Amino acid sequence: MKHIISVLVENEFGVLSRIASLFSGRGFNIESLTVAETEDKTISSMTIVTHGDDHIIEQITKQLNKLINVIKVVELTESVQMAREMVLLKFAVNGGAKRLELLRLVEVYQGRVLELGVRSLIVELTGERAKIVAALEVLAPFAIKEISRTGMVALARDSIKS
Amino acid sequence: MKEISGAQILLEVLQEQGVEVIFGYPGGAVINFYDHLPDYTCRHFLVRHEQAAVHAADGYARATGKIGVALVTSGPGATNTVTGLATASMDSIPMVVFTGQVPTPLIGNDAFQEADIVGITRPCTKHNFLVKRVEDLERIVNEAFHIAGSGRPGPVLVDLPKDVIAGKCLKKVAEKTSLKGYSPNYAGHPGQIQRAIEVIFQAKRPVFYVGGGVILADAAENLTALARALQIPVTTTLMGLGAFPEDDSLSLGMLGMHGTYRANMAVTESDVLVAFGARFDDRVTGRVDTFAADAKIIHVDIDPTSISKNVDVDIPIVGDVADVLGKMVELLKTSEPGTKACAGGHNEWLAEIARWRELHKLSYQQYEIIKPQFVVEKISELTRGDNPIVSTEVGQNQMWAAQFFTFTQPRSWLTSGGLGTMGYGLPAAMGAQVAFPERLVIDIAGDGSIQMNSQELATVVQYNLPVKVIILNNGYLGMVRQWQELFFDKHYSFTTMNHAPDFVKLAEAYGALGLRATKPQEVESILKQAFAHPGPVVVDIVVAPEENVYPMVPAGEAISNMLLV
Repeated sequence: MKHIISVLVENEFGVLSRIASLFSGRGFNIESLTVAETEDKTISSMTIVTHGDDHIIEQITKQLNKLINVIKVVELTESVQMAREMVLLKFAVNGGAKRLELLRLVEVYQGRVLELGVRSLIVELTGERAKIVAALEVLAPFAIKEISRTGMVALARDSIKS
Repeated sequence: MKEISGAQILLEVLQEQGVEVIFGYPGGAVINFYDHLPDYTCRHFLVRHEQAAVHAADGYARATGKIGVALVTSGPGATNTVTGLATASMDSIPMVVFTGQVPTPLIGNDAFQEADIVGITRPCTKHNFLVKRVEDLERIVNEAFHIAGSGRPGPVLVDLPKDVIAGKCLKKVAEKTSLKGYSPNYAGHPGQIQRAIEVIFQAKRPVFYVGGGVILADAAENLTALARALQIPVTTTLMGLGAFPEDDSLSLGMLGMHGTYRANMAVTESDVLVAFGARFDDRVTGRVDTFAADAKIIHVDIDPTSISKNVDVDIPIVGDVADVLGKMVELLKTSEPGTKACAGGHNEWLAEIARWRELHKLSYQQYEIIKPQFVVEKISELTRGDNPIVSTEVGQNQMWAAQFFTFTQPRSWLTSGGLGTMGYGLPAAMGAQVAFPERLVIDIAGDGSIQMNSQELATVVQYNLPVKVIILNNGYLGMVRQWQELFFDKHYSFTTMNHAPDFVKLAEAYGALGLRATKPQEVESILKQAFAHPGPVVVDIVVAPEENVYPMVPAGEAISNMLLV
């Protein structure tokens, strides 16, 4: 089962490596990991998407908490989180009907066209996981030249927090 | 105020931290430190290999309860500490290890004697630091000591670039530590403790399963009081030996792969198992789903990651085992009827255990050749009353020492339990002897493992540390040979050690006393002679070559499934 874990860490050199080596050393999976500074420059926020049964997720959160540089660990279950991922896609298209069709589909998924060239097109898509998965499936038949994904970022929702 | 160098700041902070002893080895990157070292009161012991410096600091820490300190140079000096750090990390031993590093502008340039020791030791330390500015040094060193000694203890490494210890700044007096993400929980939850006591009161077949945490927390006294008040039998892990007096009738001895018959049977048949500062290691549990399968499990540990890691726990109590045991002992005072009923309610259970004890005692057959178990028994017998400190190497020597020495005191047993580090015993004994110059310190060794750090005989002779090394010499890497005999059709592939040095001559070459025993009737007098000698001694005892450690639970089997002979 997929889990999103949000981790606040001290913004110090080597912290990312400590987290990554914890996952590799203990055989835990990382599906995606994002990291960036928070409003407080001494603290960074990480969003880790991982999978495993309850036992493994419990160990992951405990082991993360045990790291000296980790300030807070929150497991975000689906009902209490807002999670988004951004994808940048570059398509090889030469204009014509194919391009029009692509642009229409991008619109359906509320994507934005960032660059429209003679032979290519760069599109930005943002959304929750299900939407990204669906969009990528629908867009797969077009000639995708390159793809770059941010991985999930997530926050707990205030309204539902116990 | 005058600016002082990083080296001086480090030495002053060490002094403020109460560090009396450093085990170390100089080198180019730490030469500034060594330049100032003689101006301070800290005693420095020059080892012959950096691994030994770390094991010596570890032995010092285990024997005293203080934080052990080692200091080595960059590159190979630093990488040689890795085994020592991993050993201490697995056994939760508080230690701070300082490594030299190339100057900060050279880091990452593959400079001479450069190693990314912070990267290398990340998984085998509790935490580590690279000090990038001399202004950060004081705070970081204080943080390192705080982290090493608090919560679940462990080794901390501090990497010191040469320009940081040579650089100058003002020393800020007692600069505060700033660890936002670190505040171990010491107080056990009173509600959970109450629940645990109620379950213990109801138990018909309770067992206390005690690990090294009880020794680290200095909680042996309360544990003993609790067990005696409730008449609950106690088994200890390899790391827990000494936490409960083994001459008490409630003692089951050690459990697990080479545990006693009665300990493994009692745990298997128990209805309530209370784990104090133990972590359900695979050498203890054997096949996990059969381990105390019918028991309610109560687990007291300061490290939340230990709880429900290997075995599901019914009542977890996160906290300092000393705090929890203290509260439990207090609770007994307020519930005298429950305590009495509990203590009186286990007669059948204790009788069953007594039957198991008689059924299969730890034993061996005496022979014309010296039996290694006999040697350990003799050591135990001859030193009773001396409160000796016993260290071991790893393998059969370690298991026989664990089985046949009668442990009655905490902090008198130094062994590499988690990592199983051969070559640990001599340097660890050296560290303990530095802490307690008057006590008898014995390293029970094998002929294989003593060769992994025998260069430290030079150190013990130099400082006249009267460590007694007793080699159970069977000419084999005995434990692996035993596995080969039992599980690989006696295919003794590369476990024959028939090119060992003459250990008596080796001792003499270093300036120590060398003795040898080859017949059972010589053992007692040779040991007496060794213990009476005022300096370091190596005793080569030629023992039965193919003697095995029993009982033995084959790896992955239930612990009730023991090979007994």
